[in-house]
Amino acid sequence: MADNVYKSGSNLEKVLCRGEFAVTAELGPPKSADLEVINKKVNLLKGWVDAVNITDNQTAIVRVSSIAAGKLILDLGLEPIIQMTCRDRNRLSIQSDILGAYLLGIRNILCLTGDHQSCGNHPTAKHVFDIDSIQLIQIVKNMRDEKVFACGEEIKDSKKAEVKEPRMFIGGAANPFADPFEFRVIRLRRKVNAGVDFIQTQCVYDIDRFKNWMEEVRDNGLHKKCRILAGVTPLKSVGMAKYMRDQVAGVTVPDYYIEKIAKAKDPKAEGIKICVEQIQQLRQTEGVAGVHIMAIGWEEKVPEIVQRAGLRN
Amino acid sequence: MIVAEQKPIEEIKGYLAGHKRILVLGCGTCVTVCLAGGEREVATLASILRLSSDSEVIENTIERQCDAEFFDAIKDQAASCDAILSMACGVGVQMVAKIFPDKPIYPALNTMFCGTNDGAGQWSENCLACGDCKLGIFGGVCPVTRCSKSLLNGPCGGSVDGKCEVDPENIECGWQLIYDRLKTLGRLDVLLENAAPRDWSRTHDGGPRRLSREDVAGL
Repeated sequence: MADNVYKSGSNLEKVLCRGEFAVTAELGPPKSADLEVINKKVNLLKGWVDAVNITDNQTAIVRVSSIAAGKLILDLGLEPIIQMTCRDRNRLSIQSDILGAYLLGIRNILCLTGDHQSCGNHPTAKHVFDIDSIQLIQIVKNMRDEKVFACGEEIKDSKKAEVKEPRMFIGGAANPFADPFEFRVIRLRRKVNAGVDFIQTQCVYDIDRFKNWMEEVRDNGLHKKCRILAGVTPLKSVGMAKYMRDQVAGVTVPDYYIEKIAKAKDPKAEGIKICVEQIQQLRQTEGVAGVHIMAIGWEEKVPEIVQRAGLRN
Repeated sequence: MIVAEQKPIEEIKGYLAGHKRILVLGCGTCVTVCLAGGEREVATLASILRLSSDSEVIENTIERQCDAEFFDAIKDQAASCDAILSMACGVGVQMVAKIFPDKPIYPALNTMFCGTNDGAGQWSENCLACGDCKLGIFGGVCPVTRCSKSLLNGPCGGSVDGKCEVDPENIECGWQLIYDRLKTLGRLDVLLENAAPRDWSRTHDGGPRRLSREDVAGL
């Protein structure tokens, strides 16, 4: 296929267009100006994933900017998906960052509302939320396809200049586990209507609920309008499993997983085993186009998970 | 109504230190209803101040501190004092400062929000006075105020069992409320459309707001 048939031409877009089961992971930039952290994580993930999400001040904690880290990662040979939240920027800043990211060679963006600052290390900060994630998706789509800014102005430097629009492969998040459950597919449809190309879900533990959600997604034909990557997070310990179950809003961890890890001689190995099984189950689910592995602080396990799930050799 | 609460007493005493004769001035409207700065609260606070300092403390309450016409009755009293402690909301405090340009004026309350009384000693925020009311499309529940992120296309992933992740014990998910209301009304179709970004210029982001109405001004 010629490059110009693609929306963005990113590797992730091409993989998904070819119908291959996509694998993405997450790379949290450092909480300091430490380049080594980035180098190390890139070395762990390179060759094992199609693209990697670069988080944007995740959980409202200050880190190296997702665009700056994305550029560094790109130069190291890994494709970034820059995350962009609405918490820290207004519509001017968001659009200027998108232009800049595009010029730096970044082609994938994940549009998020962003965690509330009360979750993070600057709880007294003022938040922005000028726009929300659905409006952000629409803005990035309009920049790419209509070649206009949010205000309707054409994307060109002067009246006589050529239009030069940023062409991004647009991602969004979906949470099949938050409430109201019946509204979650409707909200996904609204993201599709706004122009989302791919979706990464909140981490899936409750496969049954996820399958119910996917059934509804398929009934609405949404899996054909955007590519859905199911999120997974390997559980490291019983403590982490309980924390995910009890403390993370919108995540459910069935008790049988908690019991399995509690009984295991090697809880970490059990966590990896469960994760691999989950990926295999998700891969069998109609409409799931890939998997998004969020191994928070456990990036070194991504190659093993990918390999054991039979996604790469 | 505007809901307010009294400041910590030490902060109030800090403001008043060094003043000889203080007028504690209550307001008979919102802060009376929310039991923060009416006649009764004025009496209590004035007594506490008398007990804890040598200053002379006098007290009075006018109908509304946000309206200049109610200040005539206290002009002489105010003139005899070297400081005024206003127990009104921030609007009233600023009006007192405007009416008495040569008097030090201090707030006794923290102005909290526009809200409802939810039962004895309970109030909650319902309106941000955004200047562009969307309650007609959101089933009578305000997403700008009742969602912690003011999302127009919510709910975010932090909505669980009708609660907001910012404080699941105390904050309801505004979007769950919107969803439930519209479901009851059989109007979930409203939520199929994506809401466009808001015009925040009608809110404080457009600068301090003014309202002029020729129909009233001409009367």
